[in-house]
Amino acid sequence: MSVLAAAADTGVSLGTGEAVVFWVLAPVALAGALGMVFSRNAVHSALWLVNTMLVLGVFYVVQEAPFLGAVQIIVYTGAIMILFLFVLMLVGRDSSDSVVETLRGQRVAAIVLGVGFAGLAGTGIARATQDLGATGLADAQPDGNIEAIAELLFTRYLLAFEVTSALLITAAVGAMVLAHIEREPGTRQTQKELSRARFLTTDRPQTYPGPGVFARANSVAAPALLPDGRLAEDSFATGIDPQEVDQMPRPTGREQLGSPDHQLGTQDGSSGGGALR
Amino acid sequence: MITLASPDQPTLEDFGSDVWWIVLIKIVGVFVVLVVMTLFAIVFERKVVSRMQQRIGPNRVGPRGYLQSLADGLKLAFKEDIMPALADKPVYFLAPVIAAVPAFLAFSVIPMGPTVSIFGERTPLQLTDAPIGVLVVLACSAMGVYGIVLAGWASGSTYPLLGGLRSAAQMVSYEIAMGLSIVAVFLYAGSMSTSEIVAAQADGNEVSFFGWEFTGPSWFAVLLPVSFVIYAIAVVGETNRAPFDLPEAESELVGGFHTEYSSLKFALFFLAEYINMVTVSALAATLFLGGWRAPWPLSIWDGANSGWWPMLWFFLKVVAALFVFIWLRGTLPRLRYDQFMRFGWKVLVPTALVWILAVATMRTVSREADLSTGQVALFVGVPIALVVLGGLAIASRASNRDTRLMAEEAAAGAVHAVDPEPEVLAPAGPRRRPAQRTGPSRAEGGFPIPPMDLRVPPSPRLRRAEPVGAATRGEGGVVATGRRGSTRTEVGPTDSTEDGDV
Repeated sequence: MSVLAAAADTGVSLGTGEAVVFWVLAPVALAGALGMVFSRNAVHSALWLVNTMLVLGVFYVVQEAPFLGAVQIIVYTGAIMILFLFVLMLVGRDSSDSVVETLRGQRVAAIVLGVGFAGLAGTGIARATQDLGATGLADAQPDGNIEAIAELLFTRYLLAFEVTSALLITAAVGAMVLAHIEREPGTRQTQKELSRARFLTTDRPQTYPGPGVFARANSVAAPALLPDGRLAEDSFATGIDPQEVDQMPRPTGREQLGSPDHQLGTQDGSSGGGALR
Repeated sequence: MITLASPDQPTLEDFGSDVWWIVLIKIVGVFVVLVVMTLFAIVFERKVVSRMQQRIGPNRVGPRGYLQSLADGLKLAFKEDIMPALADKPVYFLAPVIAAVPAFLAFSVIPMGPTVSIFGERTPLQLTDAPIGVLVVLACSAMGVYGIVLAGWASGSTYPLLGGLRSAAQMVSYEIAMGLSIVAVFLYAGSMSTSEIVAAQADGNEVSFFGWEFTGPSWFAVLLPVSFVIYAIAVVGETNRAPFDLPEAESELVGGFHTEYSSLKFALFFLAEYINMVTVSALAATLFLGGWRAPWPLSIWDGANSGWWPMLWFFLKVVAALFVFIWLRGTLPRLRYDQFMRFGWKVLVPTALVWILAVATMRTVSREADLSTGQVALFVGVPIALVVLGGLAIASRASNRDTRLMAEEAAAGAVHAVDPEPEVLAPAGPRRRPAQRTGPSRAEGGFPIPPMDLRVPPSPRLRRAEPVGAATRGEGGVVATGRRGSTRTEVGPTDSTEDGDV
C-alpha cells in the first residue's frame, strides 16, 4: 500500500500495459509462493517456486530491466532450480512432507515469526524509500539497460562483484571437498575400465541382436532371423528356450523351390543353413 | 561499430511499432515455419540417414515419400493416450507442454530477413527483437529442460527417471559451454540483439596481407572459429541429439524420459526436439554464418540482400546446419556417460574460457593499436585458434594413450584369449554363455528367471493392490507395505496359487 502511495506522491503512474501485466501476473506469483509453502510434495513445491521466479523475470522485463529478467530466468529458474530438482529426484518421488509436528507449537511459532519478519522488512523498506526521489529510467540508463549495468558493475561495484564471485567459488569448492569420497584407486571399476575390459576380453563388444528384420515377433523368447531364414544364435536370450514363431508362407521359399543346391544341381547333401524349419 | 549496410537492415528501433495484424501474421508465420520445418526435418533426416546406411528410406507416402512425416504425425495423434498408474498426473500432463512452448518461443527473436513490405507495411522479417535477443533463446532453452526432467520424474518409472536425471545434468553442463561460446560473438558484435549481430557481419573485413589487399569474410564462424566449434558441439548436447542422446539412449534406457508417453504427449516431445534443432541451427546461422545475408558469390548481386530473397539464403543455411546434425547422427556412436561429462566440463568449458580471454585481448589490441578487426583476427586470432586446437589434439591423444596402445596391441594379436591375465579388469556381472541351438536351460545355471507361464502378481506399490499373503501372516492381517496410507486391515481369502510359498 505504501509503495503505491509513494508512487502516487511522486506523480509516477503505471502505463496501461504495465498495469495489466502486473494485475494478471501478480496473483500468479503469489499463488506460486503460497503453493510452494503448502505443497506436500517437494517437487511440486519446487515447481511452484519456478513459477514465481518466472513471473518475477517477466516483471523485470516489463520494468525495462530486460537483462535482469533474462538472467533471472537463465540462472535462477534454468540452472539453480534444475539442480534443486536434480537433488529432489535423487531423494525419491514418494517422500512427501510429514504432517507430524516434531516440536510442539513449531508451526504457530513459524507463522508468527514469518509474518513478523515480513512486516518488519516491508515496513523498513517502505520507510527507507518513502522520501526517495525517482530518477527515472531515461536518466538512470541513458545508453540502455545492458550498458548501464555493465558500467556500474565494472566500475563502482567491481570489488563487490569480484568478492561475491570468489565467495561463490569457495562455496562450490568447499561443497565438493566435503562431499567427495576418496576411493582407493582400483577398488571400484570406472566406466572406462569396464568398457575397456569388455572390448579386450570378449569376442563381442557390441550389443546382441534384437528380433531381426524378418522376425514376426519381438518377444525376448523369439530369436532373430538371419536374412536366409536361419535363427541368429547370438540373439538367444539367457535362460529362455527360444520359441519359433510361425513364419509367413513364402511362395519363393525353400519349401516350394527346394534348396539352392538342388536348384543348381550341386547336391552334396549338406545344404547350408539347415536350421530352417 | 554497427555499420548500416543498407536501408533494409533493421535496427532495434524498428521493432515494437508494428500494426497488430502484422504481428499476428508474423506469429502465425513463425508457427507455420517451425511446424513445416519439423515435418521436413524428420523426413530429411530419415532419407539422409538411410542414404548413409545404403538404404532407400521412406518412399511410399506422397511424392518420393516426402509426406511420410505428415502421415506419421496423424497416426500419432490418433493413438491411445496412456496415463501410467504411478504417474504424478498434473506434472505428467504439464511436462510435454513445458517442453514444447519454450521451443516455439525461442524462434521469435531469430531474424529471417531484412525489412520488407507486407501489404504496404514496412516491417522486418523477424517477430521481435530486444537488446538481449540472444539471451531470450538461452532462457527458452533453459526452460525447455524442465519439460524433459519433469517428464522423467512424473512417469513414476525407473528408466524415465534415469533419463530425466541424465538430461538435467547434461543440459545444464552443455548450456554453460553454449553460453560461453556466444560471449565472443557479443564481444565482436558489440550487441546481444540478433538483428544487430547480423548487421555486424554485413561487410567484409579489409585485410592487408603483406601488401596484398583483399576483403576477408566477415562471418563470425571465420573470425571466431573456436567459438563456432564449441557452439556446434554444445548445441548437439543441448538438443539431446546423437552422439549425445544419453537421456533417451535406446539401448540403455528404452526411450529415456519419454518411455511412458504416447499419443499427442509423445508428439509434443518429438516436436520440441525437432524445433529445438531448427532453432539452434537458425541461431548458428544468425550468430556465425552471417544470418540472412547472402554468402559471397551471391552477394555480388545487389538485389541479393533485399526483399524476400534473404529468406531463401537463411533457410538454406538452416538446412545445411540441420544436415550436419543428421550427419553426426549417422556417423558417430553414442558417447559413454563419463566421457560425455568429462568432455563438457574439462574440455569445452575451459577452452571456451581461454578463448574468451584471447578474444578480449584481440579486441583490446585492435582498439589500442588501431588495427582493423580483420588484421587482428588474421595475425592474432588464427595463430591462437591453431594453438588452442593443436593443444586440444595433443591433450586428447595423451589422455587416451593407454587405451590406444592397448587397442593396438589387441589388434596386433598381443592380447590372446589364452593369455592368463590380460591387463584389464574382468568384466562384471553375469556373462552370456555361448549360444547353443536350443539355448541354455535353467538347469545348467543360467540366469534365474521366472517360468514363462508366470502370472504376474499386481505390483505391491499400487494402493489398490491386494497385499499378497495378508491372510497367512496370522497377526490380524495388518501388513505395512512401507508406504504411508496403504496399511490394510483387510483379511480375506487370497489366491493361493500366487503365493504358494508363504
